[in-house]
Amino acid sequence: MTTTPVMSPVPATDRTTGRAERRAAAARTKLSSPAASVIAIVIAVLWTVPTLGLLVTSFRPELAIRRSGWWTSVTDPQFTLDNYNEVLYGGTNFASLFVNSLVITLPAVVIPITLALLAAYAFAWINFRGRNILFVAVFALQVVPIQVTLIPLLSLYVDTGLNGSFWTIWLSHSIFALPLAVFLLHNFMKDIPASLVEAARVDGAGHVRIFFQVLLPLLTPAIAAFGVFQFLWVWNDLLVALTFAGGAPDVVPLTVRVAELAGTRGSDWFLLAAGAFVSMVLPLLVFLGLQRYFVRGLLAGSVKG
Amino acid sequence: MQWFLEATTTGHKLALMVVAILLFAAVMAAILFAVDRPKRVPNWLVAGGFVGPTLILLLIGLVYPALTTVRGSFYDRDGSEFVGLDNYVTVFTQDNFQTVLRNTVLWVVLVPLLTTALGLVYAYLVDRTRFEGLAKALIFLPMAISMVGAGVIWKFVYEYRPDQPGVNQIGLANQLLVLFGLEPQQFLLNGPSNTFYLIAVMIWIQAGFAMTVLSAAIKSIPDEIVEAARLDGVGGVQMFRYVTVPSIRPALIVVLTTVAIVSLKAFDVVRTMTGGQFGTNVVANEFYAQSFRQFNVGLGAALAVLLFVLVIPIIAYNVRQLRLSEEIR
Repeated sequence: MTTTPVMSPVPATDRTTGRAERRAAAARTKLSSPAASVIAIVIAVLWTVPTLGLLVTSFRPELAIRRSGWWTSVTDPQFTLDNYNEVLYGGTNFASLFVNSLVITLPAVVIPITLALLAAYAFAWINFRGRNILFVAVFALQVVPIQVTLIPLLSLYVDTGLNGSFWTIWLSHSIFALPLAVFLLHNFMKDIPASLVEAARVDGAGHVRIFFQVLLPLLTPAIAAFGVFQFLWVWNDLLVALTFAGGAPDVVPLTVRVAELAGTRGSDWFLLAAGAFVSMVLPLLVFLGLQRYFVRGLLAGSVKG
Repeated sequence: MQWFLEATTTGHKLALMVVAILLFAAVMAAILFAVDRPKRVPNWLVAGGFVGPTLILLLIGLVYPALTTVRGSFYDRDGSEFVGLDNYVTVFTQDNFQTVLRNTVLWVVLVPLLTTALGLVYAYLVDRTRFEGLAKALIFLPMAISMVGAGVIWKFVYEYRPDQPGVNQIGLANQLLVLFGLEPQQFLLNGPSNTFYLIAVMIWIQAGFAMTVLSAAIKSIPDEIVEAARLDGVGGVQMFRYVTVPSIRPALIVVLTTVAIVSLKAFDVVRTMTGGQFGTNVVANEFYAQSFRQFNVGLGAALAVLLFVLVIPIIAYNVRQLRLSEEIR
């Protein structure tokens, strides 16, 4: 190792920063080994170039896409917005599908989070008989794959006359999100010091007031974390939308049509590329903007297990 | 009623969305108002107000359908006649299902192992380097993209053009082959290698998740351990093998099992890229095809139950390992 350990007695804070620096220095030597840098760079390139390729393609004229690879844009740049114009307002009408995706997603995020917050509160702070058994049961329902529920749910929706409307998708996404949401938010809720809740109780606050005035403000980061998670999940979902809205053109979201285009017009890359990016732009923006919360939710959900 | 069920214009749809959210809020407010009396209300009633809606939805939307599907898997294609284990026998003995099962095994074994290995190596390599933030964001980005979108992105990478004079390759993979003087390939058509090209896409999607969790785990290794090992003269690959990997074992198991479950249930990639043709089908895709294309509800139910049954040992292993690691602590 190139750095020498500091032996002289130094204040504790200095010592830790010194250590951090040394670890950083060690990391630098680690990456300065050529093999390690090459591996890291190859992985980074493999993970970005495919997306970049389709993005560039989505701005190239139809004829150019057919005749040459997107990498030729470096030497022969030809760009147009025609593909987006066609895919958004042409026969494929992605503009209205974008609205469908949005209309599907917002309630499918708000409803399960609200329900799960209330349930998580009860599991964490209300004493009632059978609480632990019920909580374990809800937790265990995470095991059930969505596939197992689809056909019975579909016939339930047909029987109640809801089939082919937004309600089926809102309901389904809300239900499927609940076990994980209750579990995650319960974890966050348990971390809040009991003394806060006790103090409010002594002041005579009922459960509803404690929930709204004491806990909710403290849970904002957790709500944001799960919110981003659920937003991406619903917006990007194919299975639920295909099953419950596959035959309803006024409800069907972007993912279903993009998947369909990939099957029926698999070589029309001017449409596919632009269409795929129309479906990706909002989740990418949300993700980049709220990445911090997303990582938090991910770590809370998976590492706590 | 009609107004609530059939929204055709953008304005109507957005209005319906707002109404739905408000309606939901009103119902919840009414429930909470009802249980929140200043007088002594029994605890179970208050708890019922908070947990009740969730439990009712879970019973209607998960428990009841799951039981119905398990029952349905013992009935024939339209659910009218009891056939015992026939559907399961079909799944495990018929030739075309053999391919489906083989592919599913490949997915569930290869995707988690390779994803975790890649995520781990990358997290370790970029840990505490100057460009760590950017390097991680690049790998992370596919997580925001739908599997359908990822399928389209990679279908374009694999795109094939016949090798003739005057015809340029437009897919990156084949362009690279041509550059190195090789024949362009029909990546998605030729079995059995096409399954591996699909698996690569799933790894591409999941690596960001693996890297994030493992990177956080690596950062939480106590400085003392790393320092002590370094003073003992441990470095480079040895440090990775004997210090880093054992320290983050619980996180490794969580990542392996989570990715295994996701790849077991995912059908989007296969459906978007090959439609399950050319010997690339998997159980999750065949479930959809049998249930909603062939209308063989009994067989579809059996495949769904198969997914269910396959998930259980993975989760059981996960819970067991977590218990063990907690006992050690």
